[in-house]
Amino acid sequence: MKDIRLINNTYNDDKVIDACSIFGAMNLSGARFSGESVIKAIANMHDRGNGLGGGFSIYGLYPDFTDQYAFHIMFLSQRARKDAEEFLLKNFNIVYKEEVPTRSVPVIKNPPLVCRYFLDTGAAKPEDISDDDYVVEKVMEINTGLSDTFVFSSGKNMAVLKGVGYPEQIAEYFCLEQYKGYLWTAHGRFPTNTVAWWGGAHPFSILDWTVIHNGEISSYGINRRYLEQFGYMCTMQTDTEVVAYAVDLLIRKHNLPWKIVAKIVAAPFWDDIERMPKKEKELSMALRQVYGSLLLNGPFAVIIAHQGEMIGLTDRIRLRPLTVGEKGDMLYLSSEESAIRLIAPELDKAWIPMGGEPVIGRLKDKTTKESKMVKESVTVGDKK
Amino acid sequence: MTDAKEPLVKIDASGIYYRDLNTRLRNVTANGTRRITLRNVHGQRYIGTDLNGPIEIEIFGTPGNDLGAFMNGPRITVHGNAQDGCGNTMNDGEIIVHGHAGDTVGLSARGGKIFIREDVGYRAGIHMKEYKDKKSTIVVGGTAQDFVGEYMAGGILILLGMNLRRGKSHRAKFIGTGMHGGVIYIRGKVEEYQLGKEVGVAELDKNDSQVLRKLVDEFANHFNYNAEEILQKDFIKLYPRSLRPYGRLYAY
Repeated sequence: MKDIRLINNTYNDDKVIDACSIFGAMNLSGARFSGESVIKAIANMHDRGNGLGGGFSIYGLYPDFTDQYAFHIMFLSQRARKDAEEFLLKNFNIVYKEEVPTRSVPVIKNPPLVCRYFLDTGAAKPEDISDDDYVVEKVMEINTGLSDTFVFSSGKNMAVLKGVGYPEQIAEYFCLEQYKGYLWTAHGRFPTNTVAWWGGAHPFSILDWTVIHNGEISSYGINRRYLEQFGYMCTMQTDTEVVAYAVDLLIRKHNLPWKIVAKIVAAPFWDDIERMPKKEKELSMALRQVYGSLLLNGPFAVIIAHQGEMIGLTDRIRLRPLTVGEKGDMLYLSSEESAIRLIAPELDKAWIPMGGEPVIGRLKDKTTKESKMVKESVTVGDKK
Repeated sequence: MTDAKEPLVKIDASGIYYRDLNTRLRNVTANGTRRITLRNVHGQRYIGTDLNGPIEIEIFGTPGNDLGAFMNGPRITVHGNAQDGCGNTMNDGEIIVHGHAGDTVGLSARGGKIFIREDVGYRAGIHMKEYKDKKSTIVVGGTAQDFVGEYMAGGILILLGMNLRRGKSHRAKFIGTGMHGGVIYIRGKVEEYQLGKEVGVAELDKNDSQVLRKLVDEFANHFNYNAEEILQKDFIKLYPRSLRPYGRLYAY
């Protein structure tokens, strides 16, 4: 049995600061920037985690392969890679594949092999099923059916790279300072109730959805059973996984806007619903009835991202921290303001959202009619 | 030691680990330094912890969580925002924040005063206390998020609501939930449903007005406001209905 006190505190004086750290940075104009600043910011919250998980999501990463599904797959054995590649060949057209470049970092012990595959759906896909649904189905088949094989991410023009280590070590291992994206999220893990392994590091992802999380989803069992009815299989042994599948179901499949999704996963209290105007009350009650099984119970602060959007949300009584910084086109979300200030000292605005109210950063509209450019940058609702 | 007996010590905190920074603060104050300026502070925790007596600490940047935790006497001025747990269990001294503060400002404070120019996050003043002449005090210039004054056991908590838009109420809910000691003064509108079940509402009496006057004066001095203008608007007082709400729950 490892002595967790020695892992968490090498000073051996019983002082342990433990909480996950979450950080997100997005350029709302879509300009891509290197991972350097994000790595610096998440490393500033080093003490929150304990080196048992770190990870990143990067959007706008593959301008040469924007139309292909970019599968990032972890293999725990060479045999697994061979089986998985046979599976991919049978079900997709592989446009390009490679091992994800890494450099040797002494503290990263026994890393698994991580490869990326740029895939088109091909003749194997039945006609009556959408590309996205097909990909979700195949990801579930890989995670549940192929041994030693787990899909980190499966979205277009994005990646999830993660592992066991402090986030800055994982970044060094995967050479992330060399990558560029317009949206980055980063996570430093302090595992609470679940194992520390490479698949259990954050972000969790399906298609281009990613979720990083500080807290505990105590409704995991209920959420998981509900999601299984829609074909989502939880295989990563960590509560946060359900959030990724829940947003895929609610937003991509059920076409719900963020304001509604927030009311489902961080539903208003019955007392609050009681005081609402009639229409809003009916809506809120209907949502609690229809989607009661997707209420996320327990403390959480999450940063959810997908192509073009970054969302910060906490539980209704904000049992985990989330703070916001805005500077020009940049939107930052973080567990601690100091991490934002380290890379953007002069913010236009720094503020703390209310529990249960989403902070939404959206890519500015780039439709052809330039005169109709949408000015909306950040939807913050009523801040007070 | 290079810092010995210097009246003012300036420290560039960039890249300094929080343990090293706090050790440095202990060392320089042990050597008699009474004024310290910290620049480029980026998230170092517990600044001011373990320090006693009349020491002035000025912070430029964003101090980390638990600023002034267990502090006993110094005055910390922050030119920026404070994070979570500002004034955690402090015993004496002052924290003056020229900005906003995160969650649990002054949690379990036993004494001393905290002045925040703008808003505070969730659970400000949770379980703050008083004993005889020691009354922990928090004055917030803006508004608070939910659970302000939760389980409050003593001390004085003031919300000035100066940035509320005309006609708008404070938004905090569960105000004073579980409160069983101390007093909360609120300037600006609060609806009945926003209050915890354990608090009563009253008008201010003469003694309240004196206490308020003194603390609003101090607040106005720190941040350059006009105390008269602040005091012109009506305040309400929240008090605990029972000093021992659960006294009969386990033993009767």
